Amino acid sequence: MPRFLLRRLLHTIFVVWGVVTAVFFLVRLTGDPTALLVDPSATQAEIAHMRHLLGLDRPWHVQYVDFLFAMLRGDFGQSIQQRRPAMQLVLEHLWPATVELAVAATVLSTLLAIPLGIAAATHQNRAPDHLSRLASLFLQSMPSFWLGLVLILVFAVQLNGLLPAYGAGTWRHLILPAVTLAAAPLAQNVRLLRAGLLDILPQDYIRTARAKGLPERLILYRHAIWNTAIPFLTVTGLSVGFMLSGAIVIETVFSWPGLGRLIVQAIPGRDFPVIQAGVFVFALIFVLVNLAVDLLYAVVDPRVRLS
Amino acid sequence: MPRAGAAKRLRRDGAAIFGLLVLVAALGAAFLAPVLSPGDPVKNDLLGRLSPPMWLDGGDRAHPLGTDTLGRDVLSRLLHGARVSLWIGLTAVMMAAILGVPIGLWTGYRGGWPDDLFMRLGEIQLAFPVLLLGIALLAVLGASLVNLILVLGVSGWITYARIVRGETLSLKERGFVEAARALGAADRYLIFRHILPNVWAPIVVVATFSIARVIIAEASLSFLGLGLPPPAPSWGAMLDEGRNYLTTGWWLALFPGLAILLVVLGINLVGDWLRDLLDPRLERGI
Repeated sequence: MPRFLLRRLLHTIFVVWGVVTAVFFLVRLTGDPTALLVDPSATQAEIAHMRHLLGLDRPWHVQYVDFLFAMLRGDFGQSIQQRRPAMQLVLEHLWPATVELAVAATVLSTLLAIPLGIAAATHQNRAPDHLSRLASLFLQSMPSFWLGLVLILVFAVQLNGLLPAYGAGTWRHLILPAVTLAAAPLAQNVRLLRAGLLDILPQDYIRTARAKGLPERLILYRHAIWNTAIPFLTVTGLSVGFMLSGAIVIETVFSWPGLGRLIVQAIPGRDFPVIQAGVFVFALIFVLVNLAVDLLYAVVDPRVRLS
Repeated sequence: MPRAGAAKRLRRDGAAIFGLLVLVAALGAAFLAPVLSPGDPVKNDLLGRLSPPMWLDGGDRAHPLGTDTLGRDVLSRLLHGARVSLWIGLTAVMMAAILGVPIGLWTGYRGGWPDDLFMRLGEIQLAFPVLLLGIALLAVLGASLVNLILVLGVSGWITYARIVRGETLSLKERGFVEAARALGAADRYLIFRHILPNVWAPIVVVATFSIARVIIAEASLSFLGLGLPPPAPSWGAMLDEGRNYLTTGWWLALFPGLAILLVVLGINLVGDWLRDLLDPRLERGI
């Protein structure tokens, strides 16, 4: 177990390092931010001075090594546009806005999936099953941002502002973006739960539970559902990646003041430090969640040995 | 007799037929866009702007699905947009497969440091939200059709490399490959004659679903303003333009989204059918 943990941790660090390195060089290829920061009438000397202040006149490898060491201290530099520490800016946008949105969407897509998945599995090849298959197909085939626009059209425009179309602040602002983000993972979870239950329900221990006279409800919720947890966990780990990507577009649709929107806005402004810090945080969340999922396997299923 | 089996299963599977019909219609729309279009997809007509679809009050039969904010015909833009979406989808997926399949064959067959190198690279790439990668790369390269295809194509290699590598790893230990090797077959012969023919089924299945994913990714990037430069008709860009007119011109955001939904749905249905047909080991229904 400790060896497994150590190996996974080293691997995690390696992946994060790779991501950071890729971002560092990629972002530098996008062009020089100095041009956006100096006055249009600036002289060559003033431009050179600005580049020197930003540290952009040094060779790339020097900037890179500096960047890595500073990163180890948690220092991602100053945001070029906002003149504040980039990491602070990123964390302010991550918490609470993006976390709120991602947690709400995860809770929604998991909790709703349980009754829907059970309904589909216990009514195999009958109306509820067909309906859920159809709904999943549609939800997984539509671009999430379009779903967002349609929800705005219905709830904010047609129903005269029943729910706010954009912005943040109250729980009512959270509903539309969270539902939009939850839609595709929900569809996937329902299908997954159905497939898992169909495997489990014919098994002997379920028949024993029935023979004991346990109520069907108890059998489903106490005996059957926990044994579908492993595939559920794997997909949840992966769907975090989806949620992060989804957040980028959906935060833009709903003007949600989160990290995704911050990064999207930082790119045309060539705000390197913010992009670096933002992508670093996104990648770190992704690998840490997947590490946690791997460790949870052993908790959920004691037969799994971590090796 | 896979051929007879395919036709028979297709007849039983209404969903797959529907998917195929949608795809044929989309391909038809793409090929015949100039003939079918009622108007010019990029011609402005500022006096005729925001005309609603023809079945609504104030609609004009010359513009069956209405006009956009610059007075361009929405149906014509949708039909031409099908060209953009399908072209990008097909070429990007082909590029990803052309890169990923040889890498998968090579790393799976040979192992050693190239295997480690490519798999670690892939893991790093997978830790990147795909969209973020696209945004960053397009910011570097500039938004254009070729760059869009490059970005979406190159970033897809890892999917194919992983699947092919895994299959190759197990195939190269199998009896028929060992037997051929014992008879003195060269590596090249083993790879192309014995291994590749046995990995193409999962490749085809994955490639089909990838087309759908690429189409959505293209729409997302265009929606964020990183797709084809205007006035080129792209479904994602049309959605981006339409989102500011939800109150006065809801059809601008509705129809391109429906078009994406239908095409992606069609591809997914056909993909399900292909998966059942070609690769029964892959599980259905997830």
